Amino acid sequence: MNNYFSFGRIILTVIVAMCLRITPWPGFLTDINPDWVLLVLIYWALAVPERAGIFNAWTVGLLTDVLTGRVFGQYALTYTLIIYCCLILHKRLRQFPLPQQGLFIFFCLLFSQMLLFWLKNIQQPTQLHTSFWLPVFTGTLCWPLIYTALRRVRLSRRAAK
Amino acid sequence: MAIIASVALLITEHQSHKLDSLRAALSVVVDPLKYLVDLPTVLIEQATDAVSSYSTLKKENTQLRDEQFIDKTRLLKFDSLEKENIRLRALLENSFKLGEQLLIAELLSINTAPYENIVVVNKGTRFGVHPQQPVLDANGVVGQVFRALPFSSEIMLITDPNHAIPVQVNRNGLLTIAVGSGQLNRLNLPFLPNNADIRPGDLLITSGLGGTFPSGYPVAVVDDFTPITNKPFVNITATPKAMLDRNRELLIVWSDSSPVSLSTPASNEKTPAGERSETNTADQSAGNELTRKTPAAEQPGTAGNQPAKSGLTHKAPATEQPKAAGDQPAKSGLTHKAPTAEQPKTAGEQPAKSSLTQKAPAGAQPEADLDE
Repeated sequence: MNNYFSFGRIILTVIVAMCLRITPWPGFLTDINPDWVLLVLIYWALAVPERAGIFNAWTVGLLTDVLTGRVFGQYALTYTLIIYCCLILHKRLRQFPLPQQGLFIFFCLLFSQMLLFWLKNIQQPTQLHTSFWLPVFTGTLCWPLIYTALRRVRLSRRAAK
Repeated sequence: MAIIASVALLITEHQSHKLDSLRAALSVVVDPLKYLVDLPTVLIEQATDAVSSYSTLKKENTQLRDEQFIDKTRLLKFDSLEKENIRLRALLENSFKLGEQLLIAELLSINTAPYENIVVVNKGTRFGVHPQQPVLDANGVVGQVFRALPFSSEIMLITDPNHAIPVQVNRNGLLTIAVGSGQLNRLNLPFLPNNADIRPGDLLITSGLGGTFPSGYPVAVVDDFTPITNKPFVNITATPKAMLDRNRELLIVWSDSSPVSLSTPASNEKTPAGERSETNTADQSAGNELTRKTPAAEQPGTAGNQPAKSGLTHKAPATEQPKAAGDQPAKSGLTHKAPTAEQPKTAGEQPAKSSLTQKAPAGAQPEADLDE
């Protein structure tokens, strides 16, 4: 019963993240819109690794592919790889202070963006815009925000238990 | 495992279209999100509508009425001109493609991919949308359907770097290809030789080559350029006519792919009305004959006409009534409705059937001459 409940929380936050992902931001904010879905997934992978497994990451990645109209498997692959790293390192990462976690997140996002670019470039030669990398930085800056917000969500669950 | 699966997916999707159904199924799950994100915009719009004052509405109404009046007047001659065109083409043993069916789709204000000129609209395969359909707005060509999902579809704009559209210069029929530049206000014309007869301000229209876009719709206007004499190709850019970044309503077009057969124009015309009209019932004809229109001028009218009752069919307001009235005669020929002002025609419908010459007042004389 409780399983379903907490799973519901995860799904809900992922849905919110997906909405944020496709919201049209005014002006230059569009360019720096971070990959919310990945950030939320990373948080859940660190916090409750037994719930947010690789398969879930893969499913969410697939849905993101459909949502954003990418080639199938692009986000699925990226999310799977990153969540795999997070699951392996989650015990260590939990001990890190927030800034240090931020560094890890930075590399995660950088890796995901590089992978996305690489996959896109395989399909067709793509020009790389400088602003392509901006979401990595904003994502890192958003991490403390997401961390605290989701922590709240998670702890409220525990309180409800 | 998951990695293998995703790599497999990547490869399959890249090679073939077998996964389209899977995508369609999954999109049913995520499409509600698109609508959810779009919701605030819709609500704001509705709220604005709700509180807009009487005087504003009144003003808008008057303005629209004026516009419609002007458009109608422009349409008066269109019918006869079109017929004349068909007849001339018949002389050249050339076939002529008739009308197109339109569907109004509304843009969902969501942003899927930041660096691509792809937009999402709220009509999908459930409305019969399919990939590669041309998309227009009131001013010109917008793009084509790139991927159709059940409840939404993605439209690639003509300015996308991966998009190219065959065009011709309206002034002299010079053919070329306009390639997207990635910027919403610019198209490139990379394939023109230095001595090409093209001037700033020339209107580019779709040439109909390539089969995706119906011919004759305005695409862009050529910008200023300076010819560089020591290079084989000039670097010409053009500004799209369609308001790519401002419009919320778009028209998805079904071009009627079967050209009208033109054996001899005369025999065709003289086929008794009965023969054809039997096959078409009245409302079919309404469906088949959907708007065929002068591209730019009239669409605002249609857009205002909103209801798109059946979803697909959508007629030019002006033509509707007279058509219903003068149904028989209109169908006998190559389907032409009489625009409003042709009351005389409906009245004298019997004679009209037998001879061609009896058309809209303006075009009548020249046509008669042509036929004989």
